[in-house]
Amino acid sequence: MTKIRYTQAVNEALHEEMERDPKTILFGEDVALAVFGDTRGLLDKFGPQRVRNTPICEATIAGMAVGAAAAGYRVIAHMLFSNFIYTGFDAIANQMAKLRLMTGGQIDLPITVLAVYGGGASQAAQHSDANHPVLMNLGGIDVLVPATPADAKGMLKTAIRSNRPSFFLEASGLGAVGGDVPDGEHLVPLGKAARPKEGSDVTLISVGSMIRATHSAAKKLAAIGVDAEIIDVRSLVPLDEKTIVASVMKTGRAVVIDEARDMCSAASQIAAVIADKGFAGLRAPVRRVTVNNSSMPYAPNAEAAIFPNADDIVRAAASICQREVA
Amino acid sequence: MATPNLTQDQSEPWASGQLAMLERMLLIRHAEARLAKTAKEVGLPGGVHLSIGQEATAVGICSQLDQDDWMTSTHRGHGHFLAKGGDVNAMFAEIWGKSTGICKGMGGSMHVADFSKGIIGANGIVGGGLAIATGAALAAQLDGQGRAAVCFFGDGAANQGVFMECLNVANIWNLPAIFVCENNGLSEFTVSSTVTAGELSNRARAFDMPVSVVDGNDVRAVAQAAQEAVARCRRGEGPSYIEATTYRIHGHLEAEDMILGGGTYRTSEEVERWRKDDRDPIARFRSCLLRDGICDETLLEGMTAHAESLVDAAVAFAEEGPPADTRLAYALMGVGEEA
Repeated sequence: MTKIRYTQAVNEALHEEMERDPKTILFGEDVALAVFGDTRGLLDKFGPQRVRNTPICEATIAGMAVGAAAAGYRVIAHMLFSNFIYTGFDAIANQMAKLRLMTGGQIDLPITVLAVYGGGASQAAQHSDANHPVLMNLGGIDVLVPATPADAKGMLKTAIRSNRPSFFLEASGLGAVGGDVPDGEHLVPLGKAARPKEGSDVTLISVGSMIRATHSAAKKLAAIGVDAEIIDVRSLVPLDEKTIVASVMKTGRAVVIDEARDMCSAASQIAAVIADKGFAGLRAPVRRVTVNNSSMPYAPNAEAAIFPNADDIVRAAASICQREVA
Repeated sequence: MATPNLTQDQSEPWASGQLAMLERMLLIRHAEARLAKTAKEVGLPGGVHLSIGQEATAVGICSQLDQDDWMTSTHRGHGHFLAKGGDVNAMFAEIWGKSTGICKGMGGSMHVADFSKGIIGANGIVGGGLAIATGAALAAQLDGQGRAAVCFFGDGAANQGVFMECLNVANIWNLPAIFVCENNGLSEFTVSSTVTAGELSNRARAFDMPVSVVDGNDVRAVAQAAQEAVARCRRGEGPSYIEATTYRIHGHLEAEDMILGGGTYRTSEEVERWRKDDRDPIARFRSCLLRDGICDETLLEGMTAHAESLVDAAVAFAEEGPPADTRLAYALMGVGEEA
């Protein structure tokens, strides 16, 4: 085990996978200078043929990813902020998600799109969306939201090797977070949730960046006598319904924590899955801690007021565990 | 299709290449005429967009391509598909929605594709192929085999912002891409001149790209322009822009009359002018071939009958095919059966 930061884990995964397969290429905005740190050293190591700075043209970045993948390459495309995928959305929603179906399976599209998502840093509404639900609804695209350095490295490596298109969403603010990563080849399968904490009274189901607030909430809940289990979803498509439902069957209660807007969020999908498949085990309604259909305001205090935090999670969990919150 | 070398004199390969071009144009014309008839009399599952009148652009460009070269097409893509060597039986079965279709009935008329022949596919999104072709050109450049990537698009698509993005990227990276604008003057149901500023070709000139504007109903002129552009790609000299002026005889789609409900965007006189032998790309090419002694009336009649027989066979193949697999969409999208 080596303790490294999240961004470094992503960087290691990119280096290792480009080393492994010479047909893996990477392009996107500002990848040469590596403004987010995740693409550092790639241009020097793999050269300007395989690592390319693009103009600011998301429609073409996403479309070229489709074309180059269809023509035999394994493509990593960097879109910087996940808000920018909206500009490239025809190529994502109409081409990337659909061409395997529309060609009758003639092609695979091994594409991994990198983007940083989410709020909490006063980036204002156009750089703060947690838009994974939009991608989840497309079908045909894997949506990954790893929350730890180990998962970031292991899942990114798996995603790059996968023949399905995937979005690897790095949570804003997690980049500097450190964690142990296994030495040597480290692969994490897609579609498997993690269970970083066992518990018996309530299941806290965390999506991506919400893991820190969730851990903090679990500690606060313990102080009022609630033993919380934590599920880190990690992968939204494919979604590990089995692990989620099994945990809820055990605890009888669920809070789903997601920084997406509430309407059609990952949290609402997970809540629906629990209602469909775990109803018999439920002893209380499923609660969602999400953003109440607003975009992120700029002012730090205004953003903090909207952004889901540990106290929101504690309140939601306590309300279904018949506990009073001090 | 034999690749005609247009700089040659009237030698055997040149002549056989031209006959192959005419053969392919006839196949496209007869196939699409049959689709129009079937759509009207029997009905086809979805929308059908025909390129009747534009055969010379598809065939002229593709006559210069190898099977390994990449090609993206438009929603009006039957001609491009057949010109690049696509199988008419598999195309008809696709349009009929059968499992024997080239895309197993999952794509339909607007999405015919055959990767084994470099046909990345038709596309239901106007301008959808531009960035895909640019990406294929990037792959071709990395492969280093001298392969080219051709993007067919229309004057309607030229008003999409992604067009300018792709001209830019193709040129800064010196990609082996050929942007072929089939300028038929119509953006769906709107006359393009009413929604377009300036000359389209100037957009490519603004990106310092070699530009060739040709009579898109003169298959030899189109092939000549393509030959030069393909040679540039093979030599690693970067992208080219070809604009082929042409005209679409049929509506935006076959159900147009019903959709427009009596409304019009062009006069029937205009359409009739383009149907005449002095403008029709097939009639013009036939008379050239007769004049140059490359064929005679008997041969032409035989070629026409042959095209019609291929279309008869394609209809039979499509009709006989089993229906599409109702579970295939789930399998291809990687969806569990529960969902």
